Amino acid sequence: MSSTDGTAPPTAPPDGPRDEKLELGPVGHLGDRLFAGMARGSGVLVVAIVAFVGIFLLALAIPALANNESSFLFSRIWEPGANPPQFGIAALFYTTVISSIIAMAIAVPIAVGVALFTTYYAPKRLAAPVAHAIDLLAAVPSIIYGLWGILFFAPILRPVIDGLGSALGWIPLFQKSVTDNVGVVFTASVVLAIMILPVVTAISREIFAQTPVAHREGALALGSTRWEMIRMAVLPYGRSGVVSASMLGLGRALGETVAVLIILSVPNGNDPWTSSIFAGGETFASKIANNAAEFDSPDKTGAYIAAGLVLFVVTFLVNSAARLIVARSGPGGKRPRRIKRIGDKPQSEGATL
Amino acid sequence: MAKRIEVSGLNVYYGDFKAVEDVSMTIEPRSVTAFIGPSGCGKSTYLRTLNRMHEVIPGARVEGKVMLDQQDLYASGVDPVAVRRVVGMVFQRPNPFPTMSIFDNVASGLKLNGVKDRKKLTEVVERSLHGANLWNEVKDRLDKPGAGLSGGQQQRLCIARAIAVEPEVILMDEPCSALDPISTLAIEDLIEKLKDRFTVVIVTHNMQQAARVSDQTAFFNLAATGKPGRLIEMGPTKQIFSNPNEKATEDYITGRFG
Amino acid sequence: MTTTLAANRPAYDGKTLDLTGKSGARAFRNTLASVLITLCFLIALIPLVWILWTVISKGYGLLLDGGWWSESQRGVTVRREGGGAYHAIMGTLIMALITAVIAVPIAILGAIYLVEYGRGTKAARVVSFMIDILTGVPSIVAALFVYAVWITVFGFNRVGFAVSLSLVLLMLPVVLRSTEEMLKLVPDELREASYALGVPKWKTILKVVVPTAFGGIITGVMLGLARVMGETAPLLILVGYSKNINLNPFEGFMGALPTMINQDRTELALQPAADRVWAAALTLILLVLLLNILARLVARFSKVNSK
Repeated sequence: MSSTDGTAPPTAPPDGPRDEKLELGPVGHLGDRLFAGMARGSGVLVVAIVAFVGIFLLALAIPALANNESSFLFSRIWEPGANPPQFGIAALFYTTVISSIIAMAIAVPIAVGVALFTTYYAPKRLAAPVAHAIDLLAAVPSIIYGLWGILFFAPILRPVIDGLGSALGWIPLFQKSVTDNVGVVFTASVVLAIMILPVVTAISREIFAQTPVAHREGALALGSTRWEMIRMAVLPYGRSGVVSASMLGLGRALGETVAVLIILSVPNGNDPWTSSIFAGGETFASKIANNAAEFDSPDKTGAYIAAGLVLFVVTFLVNSAARLIVARSGPGGKRPRRIKRIGDKPQSEGATL
Repeated sequence: MAKRIEVSGLNVYYGDFKAVEDVSMTIEPRSVTAFIGPSGCGKSTYLRTLNRMHEVIPGARVEGKVMLDQQDLYASGVDPVAVRRVVGMVFQRPNPFPTMSIFDNVASGLKLNGVKDRKKLTEVVERSLHGANLWNEVKDRLDKPGAGLSGGQQQRLCIARAIAVEPEVILMDEPCSALDPISTLAIEDLIEKLKDRFTVVIVTHNMQQAARVSDQTAFFNLAATGKPGRLIEMGPTKQIFSNPNEKATEDYITGRFG
Repeated sequence: MTTTLAANRPAYDGKTLDLTGKSGARAFRNTLASVLITLCFLIALIPLVWILWTVISKGYGLLLDGGWWSESQRGVTVRREGGGAYHAIMGTLIMALITAVIAVPIAILGAIYLVEYGRGTKAARVVSFMIDILTGVPSIVAALFVYAVWITVFGFNRVGFAVSLSLVLLMLPVVLRSTEEMLKLVPDELREASYALGVPKWKTILKVVVPTAFGGIITGVMLGLARVMGETAPLLILVGYSKNINLNPFEGFMGALPTMINQDRTELALQPAADRVWAAALTLILLVLLLNILARLVARFSKVNSK
């Protein structure tokens, strides 16, 4: 009450203002501090987890690498159980990267097409179910892709492989396999492409749908056809989004384990190594999963962990690259968070009389 | 309810940029005060400093004093959250909470501050909707989402939401700029009614609106682009519009403004 | 001149605008693009339909048998019919549930940090970068990491809980990113409206921002769950497959649907084993589908949250 503090306004309006002090303190809510602390802690935890993944893998890989008698990066031998242990990742690296890149090359154009279909071509009523249908592809577990891939899809792909092998066999990449394998890298790549399709589609779809109406209508108002509108407005806006989606897809393909494990036939130890995608092979992930039973000595475990570490680093680089591309490209790459200044008014009507 | 606001020597900064310079004014209780001026002159920025809403923007800070009947809103120990319970705000665009029904939107201020008493809430909601001239239009669909109303109705819903917490002051930041003329008229009628109970401050770009609804008018202007906005003059609306003291005010009001 | 005024005045200036269409080449390109894009969609549908058809047609038989849902594979060999997938279904559910319990709160709080507290700060950029990295961590690497910590360093056994820990690494970024996206979509106007009512920031976040984004958050959680349920690699490395019912994630091997498929996939020549593989595959797909449908239902009902 003001009577106690003596600071009542000298000229109180006649209709009696309430002159009691308002409760305006204290500053800082316990709830706010607690909640902000928890949120921040979760952020820190995420950073810690990634750091720990790197640190632990490195810590367990180093002793094994120290005992390794082979060149870890350039050798194609993998005999961590031998005495002294010999292992190198060259073959694994090649198969992993080539299969994923082919998968991406197949998946991205189709994914962009599907994304455009759902956002700008499908009839309104169909768009949502169609999008859901493609999302369903992501819901299929990878082990089922593997089974389907090797049992049903690989036989269909055989003529294609034979045809490509005959036509382009003079290129080492397409050399016909000496052994008549069904489980070849190319088959794995196509299945991987199907697996990453929904990932790339979903992100592209989202970014395409966000193309500002003003851009789209601007293009249409110039008399563009639908395709021209897409080329002028939608694709430029979504480009970096598609790139980062592709990178995400690439990352998924690089690390995919079980489907590849099931599809790829492991080359016989005596077979000469081949760079052909029409032969079997092993990726980092399939190698590790295939040999989980071998994790019995520190050296052996360490060798697989070292391989895992390389996979981690590769995916790390791919993802960082994706992020860099997004960060560098123009507007629309990442939906920029509008930094709002109070003075900036989105509307201009009435600004001048 | 309704308190007097006395501002003295107020500067507003965004980081290093001085957006508003040296504003002093008195805003009378139970009246409508309009802020007019060209775009970017800092009137909205200044309005926000009256309930410390500018603090939501990173880097924004204030020098000077804002007194609400002898209480300094910027004194140490004053909680901006508490300030906003006393000085409510209505925004340019209607922004009802989309997850809430009409009822919950109006009750949200109380509910989120811990009021659970159903009877009291019902009472406040009805009173506030009456106060916002919206009751008759929505009384049969209180449990429907607020987002389903028309733009003008949504804005009145937001006003009902603001008055439900029984503030002393209501700040309105161009409340009609996103509305059609008929809805605008409804809001203007409502402002007329609100001043019986509250101190109302309204930023508007529409000078007829300022002339229609306000008792006092403050004209803000920039000396030049990149310079801070300033209060040029303030006085009874009639006088500002018919016989302003400053040339700049006259130019702006008569439309001769560069 | 005796003609009437009306007849004399031309109705228009005689020039007709060509409103019939675009030039030939442009129209052709437009049509070609439409065809190609529609074709992309049809191509994408082929594997979906094919896989679903394969799994359903080969797997539905056993699912109609009550025993499938209530019995384990205890004592059932590859050549024998019978038994069910109860042990594997429960194992999958238990591990997924533990994963969600750990991952979801961290994910939501992390997203809140990024959007509501850290926005624009360097620290938030670091966190955001790390989430991108975590998003890209392959399941096999996550499994190896947990193997390194849980088994090599701490010397614990291979158990279901270890699988859950590795799945947390996979689920966390999925839920966090989708939550972040959803929180970003909540207009600042709503936050300001809440602040202007004198509501503290944390309550604004919990009562206004998160509920507005709730549907999307739940969808993210469900998608994250669907992803981890289908993961096989961590199961291969971190827990042995058990044909028996084991509901304890801290002790002993545990069945799971992916490993149940994996167990018999090399014996597909034997009809009983093949039947079980496809039935387990169908069960897994149904589980994941169920999650997807639930996600959409929740999303629909949470849009309006009255009273």
